[in-house]
Amino acid sequence: MDIADFFDTFFEEAEELLADMEQHLLELDVDDPDSEQLNAIFRAAHSIKGGAGTFGFSVLQKTTHIFENLLDHARKGELTLRADLVDTFLEAKDIMHEQLDAYRNEEEPNQEAYERICQTLQQIALEEIGQTLDAPAVPAPTIEKKTSASAEAAEPSSLSERHLLVALLNVSEKDRTLLVEELEQLGDVQSHSGDEKRYEVTLTGDVSADDIEAVMCFIIEPEQIEISVVAVEKNEEASVSPELDAPVAVPTDVVEPTNSAKPAAPAVAKPADRAPSPEKPAKSAPKKAAAESASIRVSVDKVDQIINLVGELIITQSMLDQTVSDLGDQSVGNSSLQNGMSLLQRNARDLQEAVMSIRMIPMEFVFSRFPRVVRDTAGKLGKEIELITEGKSTELDKSLVERITDPLTHLVRNSLDHGIEMPDEREAVGKPRVGKLVLSARHQGGNILIEVRDDGAGMDRDRLLAKARENGLNVSDNMSDEEVFQLIFAPGFSTAKEVTDVSGRGVGMDVVKRNIQGMGGRVEIQSKKGEGTNTRIVLPLTLAILDGMSIKVGGETFILPLSTVLESLQPAKGDMYAMAGDDVVLKVRDEYLPVIAIHEVLDVENAITDPTKSIAVIVQGEGRRYAMLVDELIGQQQVVVKNLEDNYRKVPGVSAATILGDGSVALILDITGLHRLSRAKKEAGKQVNYPHLSYYQEAEPS
Amino acid sequence: MSQANNGAVLSAAEADNREFLVFSLGEEEYAIDILKVQEIRGYENVTRIANAPDFIKGVTNLRGVIVPIVDLRIKFHLDSVEYGGQTVVIVVNVADRVVGIVVDGVSDVMTLTPEQIKPAPEFGVTLSSDFLSGLGSLEDRMLVLVDIDKLLTSEEMALVDSTSSR
Repeated sequence: MDIADFFDTFFEEAEELLADMEQHLLELDVDDPDSEQLNAIFRAAHSIKGGAGTFGFSVLQKTTHIFENLLDHARKGELTLRADLVDTFLEAKDIMHEQLDAYRNEEEPNQEAYERICQTLQQIALEEIGQTLDAPAVPAPTIEKKTSASAEAAEPSSLSERHLLVALLNVSEKDRTLLVEELEQLGDVQSHSGDEKRYEVTLTGDVSADDIEAVMCFIIEPEQIEISVVAVEKNEEASVSPELDAPVAVPTDVVEPTNSAKPAAPAVAKPADRAPSPEKPAKSAPKKAAAESASIRVSVDKVDQIINLVGELIITQSMLDQTVSDLGDQSVGNSSLQNGMSLLQRNARDLQEAVMSIRMIPMEFVFSRFPRVVRDTAGKLGKEIELITEGKSTELDKSLVERITDPLTHLVRNSLDHGIEMPDEREAVGKPRVGKLVLSARHQGGNILIEVRDDGAGMDRDRLLAKARENGLNVSDNMSDEEVFQLIFAPGFSTAKEVTDVSGRGVGMDVVKRNIQGMGGRVEIQSKKGEGTNTRIVLPLTLAILDGMSIKVGGETFILPLSTVLESLQPAKGDMYAMAGDDVVLKVRDEYLPVIAIHEVLDVENAITDPTKSIAVIVQGEGRRYAMLVDELIGQQQVVVKNLEDNYRKVPGVSAATILGDGSVALILDITGLHRLSRAKKEAGKQVNYPHLSYYQEAEPS
Repeated sequence: MSQANNGAVLSAAEADNREFLVFSLGEEEYAIDILKVQEIRGYENVTRIANAPDFIKGVTNLRGVIVPIVDLRIKFHLDSVEYGGQTVVIVVNVADRVVGIVVDGVSDVMTLTPEQIKPAPEFGVTLSSDFLSGLGSLEDRMLVLVDIDKLLTSEEMALVDSTSSR
């Protein structure tokens, strides 16, 4: 993944954060601000600052820094909000947005706007809470600006007795008198002279340019003030007032609580001869347009709605298809109908694929974080590791990508810690010093297969078994390798000789497994002692569509998630054993599996009750296997998963629902839920009625 | 001038009038606020849900949305519960949920003035008066006005997870 992708991610995130910020600012009730909203605005600024700092967008970083400081005061209640302050905040947000756009187009952001907003925000801090913000010094792009007021404002503490020249532009005599009086409050006025067009006051005292401006702004416009240190008194070009650079855009209402003392119109008229560009920065339109049209941000809800609708379309299409094929011979003559149907089918499938691909993002987004993880972990452990990633472009549903990252990180850390040996050990057994860790992703059928492969020590079957016995787990020596390796997913199980800060506490692997199962996937481990370990995660491509096995019990159709189905067989009478009470187990190749008769658990009428006449489907749920008795297997099909809880409630033994080709609803069964239900039913002597069932809902992890 | 005044008075009175959808359960006539009604459809293709109370017939597919179906006749302990051509499902919108209720038939839409709505008397074991918004009297007819919101979200209907945060 190249750095430009990270930029894009940052830009998109920052844009979203700015949009949030704006919304919160607009909703903010200035009289009674909601602290949650203030916090949200603060957090947004903080996040943008962090990102901007990382990518070296210094102007944006500094702007957000000042803004963030001010917001910090606001959320602590030290700064009382007013409508005009919120206006300024909004303007700051706009400027940050412009800066963001500039960076996106690989341009330098507008320096004047930046300085202006920093100045304004500093001023608010000074006026409202009487302190300066610990702002980073405003960079001076030209030598002339070194003496500017803003540079001084940044270091007010260094100010001591010195001479300041305050020039008042276009101020009437009445206001002049007033202003001079004001200035006398601040320091010793040495001299004052001039005419209406330019009236100069020399001032000594421990006072910053900001203070002066703040005081005078009650009477005149900020553009009418020029402040400079006396040393450059004769050099008019040097006396640059920061406000002067872009007078038109200055938020006049911020510094103008009263307009009675305000002089008449010509206020902003003059500065044309010194201000370089009074307009707001013109956006570089063509480049920006190109960057924006490359992608659009759409809410996931909207995409899901489209996916749902397309699902409906597919169902309608298969209904039509069925009707047409039911017509049989009658429709043979009508070739245009048949052609139309096959065309519709193809188009509908293409449409479904295209829509599903909207939610798909490449695994690269997950893999890209691992070089860093591997580097840091390897460094900590003193190991030498080479990371290889394969199949970065393999696409996976967005929600799964987000959820796979943590389990995968855990597996990688585990491989680094327990799998790959120390360089010296490796050399001793004739392996290269540098260990190899491979992360790969690829499609396999309707699933995605993610592998974490290392060429380390592999798993020690005997040690795993010994450890399992130590932990009181029920194991035997003739368990298959696969079963032995699955032991590491048992809660609290760790074979690490000592606990490191990377792994070894025995928490985590069970969480990894649970997370992956929660996504409808499974974990498999292949390992050879001395040669390495391969952890394979098999995930469905998406959560919205499920590969199902449809089964029939009585007249009812149910769906079993295909990922849980291992095999199906016809149970022989000799293989069924009754156990204490009602329990029945089925012997399948030396293994006794609890039998769940679906017709009993779900009260299905007219079902086959003789087990030897029904079909046993061997299923696996949460690591345990069960034999489910069903009447008939109908076949495999992809189904659109529909939530039952939207309009109804959680149903024990059922995970969701779907709509079949004929438009009817079929329930998707939840294996472990069914097992719990069957046990509770037997306990309650088959007298279970609904209120008791709330017990399962509490028992089930939500 | 006086005519205009009359018009204003009339519309103010009309604003208090409420429209009800009248349906029958056996011999009795019930009514619910028409604004709660989304649509009326036939009873078909309902998938049974195991271990649910008997008055919950199951779920059906309403244009891609899974909707539970409640048979009020069973809930109200009516003698004969038959499913025929007249049996209809009133799809209502309550508490952000869509629920279908099975009734024997839908007769008409009535406008009731506030005077025509009488308070519901304390009665009923099967239908608590908590779930009634009153009784509507129309000449020789009496309509039982059901507060469908309260009824369907009540615990005894078991339609909503009692522990859910919704």
